[in-house]
Amino acid sequence: MHLVTCKEFLQELNDFLDEGLDPKLRQELERHVNECPNCWVLCNTTEKTLKVFKGMEPQKVPPAVEARLMAALEKKMRAKGCATVKKADA
Amino acid sequence: MSTSTVSPGFDEAALVARAKAGDADAFSELVTQYDRRVFRMAKQITQNEEDAEDVLQETFLKAYSHLDDFQGNSRFYTWLVRIAVNEALMKLRKRRSDKTVPLDEPIDTGEDEMVREVAVWDENPEQKYSRDELAEILDQAVQSLKPAYRTVFVLRDIEELSIEETAEALNLSISAVKSRLLRARLQLREKLTRQFKRKGDDAFGYL
Ligand SMILES: [Zn+2]
Repeated sequence: MHLVTCKEFLQELNDFLDEGLDPKLRQELERHVNECPNCWVLCNTTEKTLKVFKGMEPQKVPPAVEARLMAALEKKMRAKGCATVKKADA
Repeated sequence: MSTSTVSPGFDEAALVARAKAGDADAFSELVTQYDRRVFRMAKQITQNEEDAEDVLQETFLKAYSHLDDFQGNSRFYTWLVRIAVNEALMKLRKRRSDKTVPLDEPIDTGEDEMVREVAVWDENPEQKYSRDELAEILDQAVQSLKPAYRTVFVLRDIEELSIEETAEALNLSISAVKSRLLRARLQLREKLTRQFKRKGDDAFGYL
């Protein structure tokens, strides 16, 4: 079995975390990460980094900003509505 | 389709179909479902509140005008993100006085400096902070990334597009997305490790 170096492990870290790897390579990487304390910490903290970002719910759009958006949209919807009516009339 | 992480609890395709048929309420419902994600993404890419407000508005107005062009080949959300990214990048380029295209910045290839700090984290470090404090920490970390890395990270790891969708939205090759994503993830890991590492630990204190 090919012995993975730390450098190779780093190169494959993304796919290792994203689960897009062929099983044989994954097995080799797993073996490395279980035996190499450095890469284990690296992998573990990168995983936690992603988790912490994914756990953040987006905050609400400020009401004034949302009101402005909705007003602009309504204007556009009315314009579109009128255009359709005019076309139908013609 | 019910397992989508981005749109839990509502039928996106049905809403889109109604909106396409001219149902204004259905489109408004799509806006309410996605406006906070679009706004967050716009803020992260432009790093400017005012620009983000414009991006939010332009994105939904364009989406509404071009709804007929949406063929349903991708998720509606992905389509929306693509519009928003283009708007946000335009704003970003406008703000940069030198007019260089940030996504074309050369990518450093030295790997040695990618990992400096190797230390275990506290158990659930995020629970030590209030929601706002944590948001601030994460925002600052994202802000510190170069636009070329930041954009890829925001799309892939925050908005949870696939690698392929990210590449398509940014007009990048798959391999460019992957290498930028790796750098972005490692740089953020580095920043958060400084914040979250177990106090008093040396590198292998957990052994
Ligand atoms: Zn290693």
